[in-house]
Amino acid sequence: MSQSAVAEVPVQPVQRRRFLKPDTQTAMLFLLPSFLGFMAFMALPIAASLALSFTNWQLISTPSFAGFQNYVRLFTVDPAFYTVLRNTLLFAVEYLTLNIIVSLTLAVWISSLRHGKAIFRVIFFLPTFTPTIAASVVWLLIFTPDGLADSLIRSLGLGLPNFLLSTTWAMQAIVLVTLWANVGYNVVMFNAALDLVPRHYIEAATIDGANAWQRFWRIRLPLISPTIFFATVMTAITSLQVFDEIYAMTRGGPGSATATLGFAIYQKGFANFQMGYASALAWVMFIMIMALTILQFRMQRKWVHYGD
Amino acid sequence: MATRPDLLRPNSVSRNRALRRIGTFVSYAALSLIAMLFLFPFFWMVSNAVRSNTEVLAVPVRILPQEYQWGTFVEALVSLPFGTFLFNSFVVASGVTAIVIAVSCLSAYSFARLKFPGREGLLLAYLGTLMIPQVMLVIPLFLVVSKLGWVNTYHGMIMPVAFGSFGTFLLRQFFLGIPKDLDEAAMIDGASRLRILVTIIVPLAMPAIGLLALFTFMGQWNSFLWPLIVTNGMEKATLPLGLTLFQTQQGTSWNYIMAGAAISMLPGIVLAVVLQRVIYRGVTIGSGFGGR
Repeated sequence: MSQSAVAEVPVQPVQRRRFLKPDTQTAMLFLLPSFLGFMAFMALPIAASLALSFTNWQLISTPSFAGFQNYVRLFTVDPAFYTVLRNTLLFAVEYLTLNIIVSLTLAVWISSLRHGKAIFRVIFFLPTFTPTIAASVVWLLIFTPDGLADSLIRSLGLGLPNFLLSTTWAMQAIVLVTLWANVGYNVVMFNAALDLVPRHYIEAATIDGANAWQRFWRIRLPLISPTIFFATVMTAITSLQVFDEIYAMTRGGPGSATATLGFAIYQKGFANFQMGYASALAWVMFIMIMALTILQFRMQRKWVHYGD
Repeated sequence: MATRPDLLRPNSVSRNRALRRIGTFVSYAALSLIAMLFLFPFFWMVSNAVRSNTEVLAVPVRILPQEYQWGTFVEALVSLPFGTFLFNSFVVASGVTAIVIAVSCLSAYSFARLKFPGREGLLLAYLGTLMIPQVMLVIPLFLVVSKLGWVNTYHGMIMPVAFGSFGTFLLRQFFLGIPKDLDEAAMIDGASRLRILVTIIVPLAMPAIGLLALFTFMGQWNSFLWPLIVTNGMEKATLPLGLTLFQTQQGTSWNYIMAGAAISMLPGIVLAVVLQRVIYRGVTIGSGFGGR
């Protein structure tokens, strides 16, 4: 019988493997490609970006540790930084406000229609499905000196300068183009949310004597507030990163009137090769995005209503 | 019921109805006007693509071309490397999409169905990266890619952007909604996890996978910053990049640039029109992450 006990030993690994949960092994195998990609192209670059922001690496030289020098330089020495920061914030605030107002208006309008909702949704969605650069190039032609925008301004007698050549108006052109290019996404999202509002809520309110205005502010708006919240957070995050339109239309100019953080990071990193400094800028952007997102999540308690 | 005011005063009924009809008409007319203004840049693009370049820049701006030169589209593809750009865009967008789908299916299944130590932590780490701005990754990614000698190659353009965690979340969310009984029944029949994923889960999750494929492909097709950084010159440039290259090098041939822009917009326009129902539903799936 002792021999049979020995013979049982080889069976043990099989039992143990079953004991160590085959699910874990399968998960490790299934997650391997994703995990390797995540480490190589996400986690490692994030760590490297943070490390780089504490060096004064200029691509050709060997990187040397600089402590908080980049960050100190940003906030105290670099005169362009506050311009860039102001441009970024002004763009984000103006664009976000206009985007939510315009998309909500269009969505409410479209959802009030009986026929043709799909057609209008597609029309407003079209620019979001086209390359931003291609759209920007078309708008660049519209704004070209003596082009369509100029002749329109002239014929209406508005007395405005060429937008892209004017330090006060160039950013307004960028806002306009970005709005045109991206507003459709929120239109479709709000429209879908509005269509999902149960009809009997509206009917009940109508019977109780609520007019259209009250039905909108008291019933439909609170009911879609989770969607509005989500759209606001996502739009704010993307607006702080604006880059494509600026690269294609103004390259940050005229002067530095349209230089935003996104453009400044590209310029410092890939035109001036100041990788350490550009990385510090990128972390400023990340912290702004984090802060804004946290702020929005804090504020949501005040205005976002979750049903049930 | 006979006391309903509208039954007592038939005149006001017809007046109300007439007013409402006028209101509806005004609403449609105004919205149509806004929609037309919205579509105008597309019209302007085509209208200028089919003119000679001197006419594009002629000073009294004409809304319609004097002479229609539809050949510009062919010439832009043949005489300028827009054909190459088109091919490069297609290779990169479909390469990224294929990897994203395969990798996301596997990882989403792990997160949705398999129990393993550290699952929640890893999921949270993945979720956290969704907030990282792309421009922050661009600098270190460029260093990684140049160390690997991948600058100006297709894999250099594809690999670094093919492992984002958005697909994992989208599919995980969808997989969670598929009954677990299906997995268990198949396991009793002796099917492996991979087999379950491929033959049961994936076919059922086709709407979500199709949506992910659509958004990934379009996202890459429209992408600009990463191709700008990882390529140099015309050889590996994608369509959006090609458009800006001509803006500087041959800044005067606006008609070709407009033709190139139109070519680059075409797949998006076709997909948006054909798949509008899918997109409409998909956008609401997307909103499920932060909101409801």
